[in-house]
Amino acid sequence: MHNYILQIAQENDFQSTRLLKILHAIQKRYFYIPDNAIEVLAEQLQLPRTHIQNVVAFYSFFHTQSSGKYTILISDSITDLMLGKSDLMSYFEQKLKVDIGSVRADGLVSLNNTSCTGMCDQGPAGLVNGYALTHLTKPRIDQIVNYVNRETPLAQWDSDLFRVDDNIVKPDLLLNEKPLHGHAITSTLTRGLSETLAEIELSGLRGRGGAGYTTAWKWKFCREENATQRYIICNADEGEPGTFKDRVLLNSYADSVFEGMTVAAAIVGATQGFLYLRGEYVHLLDKLEAVLEARRVSNLLGSNILQNGFDFDIEICLGAGAYICGEESALIESLEGKAGIPRNRPPYPVTQGYLGKPTVVNNVETYVAAANIAVHGGAWFADKGTSKSKGTKILSISGDCKARGIYEYAFGTTVKTILADCGAIDVLGVQVGGPSGVFISNDEFERKIAFEDLATGGSFIIFNHTRSILDVVHNFSHFFAHESCGFCTPCRVGTSLLKKQVDKIVEGHGSAGDIVALEELCQVIKNYSHCGLGQTAANPVLSSLERYPEIYQAMLKKISYEPGFDLDKSLETARRMANRDDAAAHLAQVEN
Amino acid sequence: MTSKKVKVATVSLAGCFGCHMSFLDLDERLVDLVEHVQFDRSPLTDIEHCSDDCDIGLIEGGVCNSENVHVLREFRKNCKILVAVGACAINGGLPAMRNHISLEDCLNEAYMDGIGIENPQIPNDIELPLLLDKVYPLHEVVKIDYFLPGCPPSADVFWAFLTDLLAGREPELPYELIHFD
Ligand SMILES: Cc1cc2nc3c(=O)[nH]c(=O)nc-3n(C[C@H](O)[C@H](O)[C@H](O)COP(=O)(O)O)c2cc1C
Ligand code: SF4
Ligand code: SF4
Repeated sequence: MHNYILQIAQENDFQSTRLLKILHAIQKRYFYIPDNAIEVLAEQLQLPRTHIQNVVAFYSFFHTQSSGKYTILISDSITDLMLGKSDLMSYFEQKLKVDIGSVRADGLVSLNNTSCTGMCDQGPAGLVNGYALTHLTKPRIDQIVNYVNRETPLAQWDSDLFRVDDNIVKPDLLLNEKPLHGHAITSTLTRGLSETLAEIELSGLRGRGGAGYTTAWKWKFCREENATQRYIICNADEGEPGTFKDRVLLNSYADSVFEGMTVAAAIVGATQGFLYLRGEYVHLLDKLEAVLEARRVSNLLGSNILQNGFDFDIEICLGAGAYICGEESALIESLEGKAGIPRNRPPYPVTQGYLGKPTVVNNVETYVAAANIAVHGGAWFADKGTSKSKGTKILSISGDCKARGIYEYAFGTTVKTILADCGAIDVLGVQVGGPSGVFISNDEFERKIAFEDLATGGSFIIFNHTRSILDVVHNFSHFFAHESCGFCTPCRVGTSLLKKQVDKIVEGHGSAGDIVALEELCQVIKNYSHCGLGQTAANPVLSSLERYPEIYQAMLKKISYEPGFDLDKSLETARRMANRDDAAAHLAQVEN
Repeated sequence: MTSKKVKVATVSLAGCFGCHMSFLDLDERLVDLVEHVQFDRSPLTDIEHCSDDCDIGLIEGGVCNSENVHVLREFRKNCKILVAVGACAINGGLPAMRNHISLEDCLNEAYMDGIGIENPQIPNDIELPLLLDKVYPLHEVVKIDYFLPGCPPSADVFWAFLTDLLAGREPELPYELIHFD
């Protein structure tokens, strides 16, 4: 093992920033990160051992104990649950003969849940050793169980199990364009860098990752910083449950993404770029590397790009199962080989980003839009949309509708139009923007997709009347409690308490005071958390409480208080061990 | 303030009596306090059960066994205002460190396989309260009206809280009393 670790460290130039990459390689070989690997690595990378242990513990895809030759994770996204995930999970458990969350006695296979894997249009979905499994059904599970039991290498599994479709249903401005092979770069260089930046400003392009900051300003600020080195980062962490449009852009428009990054690099004066790809999308890695290589061969990347004297290259970094790494400063920490804990902002990445240097972080879609604007000019884009939200937005549509998939709409399109297009009937409501966004009821379908109305990173989950709002809230509260990075108390403790309080009410142990406590807790989490995750973690509860107070009320008992757990059951172990069953060995749930 | 004295009951559940000791640190202020307060069930009085018209119940410690549940319920039933006093009452505190270990392992270690155990057996006298699977904070078992943070809360915290209540004010703890670093 010693030699292997040495070799990996060497291949990565002993750079501590490459820690995640190194850990991925180690885990691929040993199926976990052994203690002595950490020991050797600490020495080679000149890092404290505790630093590496901390990183391993932080990311949910790294394990310190073997999780088996086959690690199977099933997506716990609400969309997968709606497609029957729970049943399939029990079936899996039974067929594989392993309990959820554990490794089978023979050490061959483990089964567990994971946060949304970005396959909401083709779920129930999961991952085996990180590779995406789609369209899970009982027959497909039988197939998987057979492969596992026979120890068939993944490469020999039926490739249909890993089939990932684009499902582009409604293309518009951007999706109708062909992937760019240098056209945006030549346009930029011919027009002039400042002139192209002016076009991007004219286009009104705002960030597509959620926050909606004006892209041209970001680039301008980065450009104006006094520095010798600058960086371009593409945020492909796409962890918001219900979003999958970046996956499709990377699969079929990767050239445009890289071209957008290259244009940005030319404009701000960066020579190095990174694509931070979420671990769940490792199936795209080889293809993306090949695209990069082809671009190097065509001199669209590398040194002296298109003989114009500017150098730029892009490195792909793979995440390891942490939603928080989509937050730009956590992403930068992760790129630096650390745990993804959000930094204090300001300073913003444009002034102090990767390795403290000015850095542009943009979403995948933002780069695709920017590249096409560089070709067609700002007016081409600004022609569409509303006065405050120019251009189009690519939506990932999932949940209860006929045609799940990718839809591109001019900003200003109403929810009603979208629902009609995707064949959604009998709709109860729509979760716009994922768990951190808002749940709108069927009274609000005239509202528009736009920064000034319903701002969204692209997640659009439809619920019909057979669904229960409380199930949705329950799922989302568990998501946030799981994904909280743990850095600040209001979020670390708050999201766990919120999950517990929601569980209490959903399970029917709530009474009037519990709703008051729930609301107070929401305010604490929202107002005192360090970053966007905590600040939005209470949104599912707040937006549903506001719209459907009666649903919560109906769950409450007409007593002043009841414990949220089964009191009598909590005596069970003691009863069994003391071999008692007398009256004093029991407790009533509520005092008579 | 009315002439009728306010009835205060206190108890230690899964706690260390440190909170009660801190209460006694009120020292000479206790003399002022008993002008307005009459102690009901409390380790200070040896009264065994709460009278049914207690005003304030001060509870130290979390809930670790069935007896704690019964006592806590007695307090809830008989006290108008119930107060969780100290880290153990609020979060489970030190005793809740066992929550990371299964109760089965705890009992086995203590009574069956631990070093130096003679005549190993799990105590099973019906007089003994059974342990809950975990140590719970008070507010997960009954409704709690106020929380006094600290391990233990200082005498000044008790003083500020009680004088506010006695004066009919909504109790408020100034920042200096509840910041610990
Ligand atoms: C918890 C959290 C998760 C985020 N996840 C993503 C993500 O997956 N993809 C993304 O582009 N932006 C994400 N963001 C927003 C980024 O911090 C950042 O604003 C964005 O990448 C900037 O790019 P843009 O201006 O092109 O939108 C997230 C923010 C937070 C607070
Ligand atoms: S709000 Fe949550 S995710 Fe953000 S820093 Fe705090 S603990 Fe981490
Ligand atoms: S809070 Fe501290 S002083 Fe009070 S009972 Fe618990 S351990 Fe003892």
